Amino acid sequence: MSNYSIAVIGDLNSVMGFKALGLDVHAVDTPQAARETLHRLAKENCAVIYITETLAGELDADIARYKDAPTPAVILIPGKEGSLGIGMTNLKRSVERAVGADIL
Amino acid sequence: MPNTVVNPTRMELTRLKGKLKTARRGHKLLKDKRDELMRQFLDVVRENKALRAKVEEGLEKAHQSFTVAAALMSGPAMEEALLYPKQSVELELGFKNVMSVDVPEYTFHTVSREKGDVYPYGYAATSGELDSAVEALSDAFQDMLKLAEMEKTAQLLAEEIEKTRRRVNGLEYKIIPECEEGIKYISMKLDENERSATVRLMKVKDMILAEALEQQKERDRRAAQQ
Repeated sequence: MSNYSIAVIGDLNSVMGFKALGLDVHAVDTPQAARETLHRLAKENCAVIYITETLAGELDADIARYKDAPTPAVILIPGKEGSLGIGMTNLKRSVERAVGADIL
Repeated sequence: MPNTVVNPTRMELTRLKGKLKTARRGHKLLKDKRDELMRQFLDVVRENKALRAKVEEGLEKAHQSFTVAAALMSGPAMEEALLYPKQSVELELGFKNVMSVDVPEYTFHTVSREKGDVYPYGYAATSGELDSAVEALSDAFQDMLKLAEMEKTAQLLAEEIEKTRRRVNGLEYKIIPECEEGIKYISMKLDENERSATVRLMKVKDMILAEALEQQKERDRRAAQQ
């Protein structure tokens, strides 16, 4: 057991509030910057990375890279635009992967 | 016929029989593992789904409050209010073993200089909406962490199930039939060899007998002539 940090990646308006909770907030504007931040954080001492769905939609391949590793956990959260359903789709996809069919 | 050439020998037969036994046992064990993993996975996924819906709802609420707060305050003022957090979050990461899959377990504690409130700003310069926004967010955060744990668990289990399923199918449809085929081939070949050896012996015996008979007759004839 050691101490890890929790990071949030997203556009400024969506993630500003997390700063008040003491999370490690990285405000980025472009998917490119988000990608770099994601990889950098994954290498560092980061166990959980929250990323907004808006950005995650463009970083599918990069996020998939961390899917099978025990850390970090990359979790999608809805941004200020509201839920886009990408998080749910990913959940369904992992069910499909395991069971072979979407049974939810 | 297996593609690989097997030597029809007794030693090869023993080896194949051993392999088949191991494969059958492995197949059974892996099948059990797959079923149990599947059961656990479905539990996790159901919970995960409910939790995600809850988190998304909570965050939506928080975002709504933030939007209202942003409308009432100027952008820089709000940024300034949230800039310097009063508490920091430390995460402890442990691992739990679920059917030989290491899934993460998070426990977090907040380190704050003052107990009580989470608001990192004075109340004078900010609107009340910001307070409720931060509160909504901090409520949602507990669930968010649980969600992270669940979702990672689901992903790791899904991977393990996929692997196990491939192994089960590989054993069931490839290794075991090949072994059976090989055993059948070898035992038939050995039986055939045995039969042909018997037939050969019988044939030789007949030939020897016929020759002996011939000689006996020859001797009898000579004795009769004398």
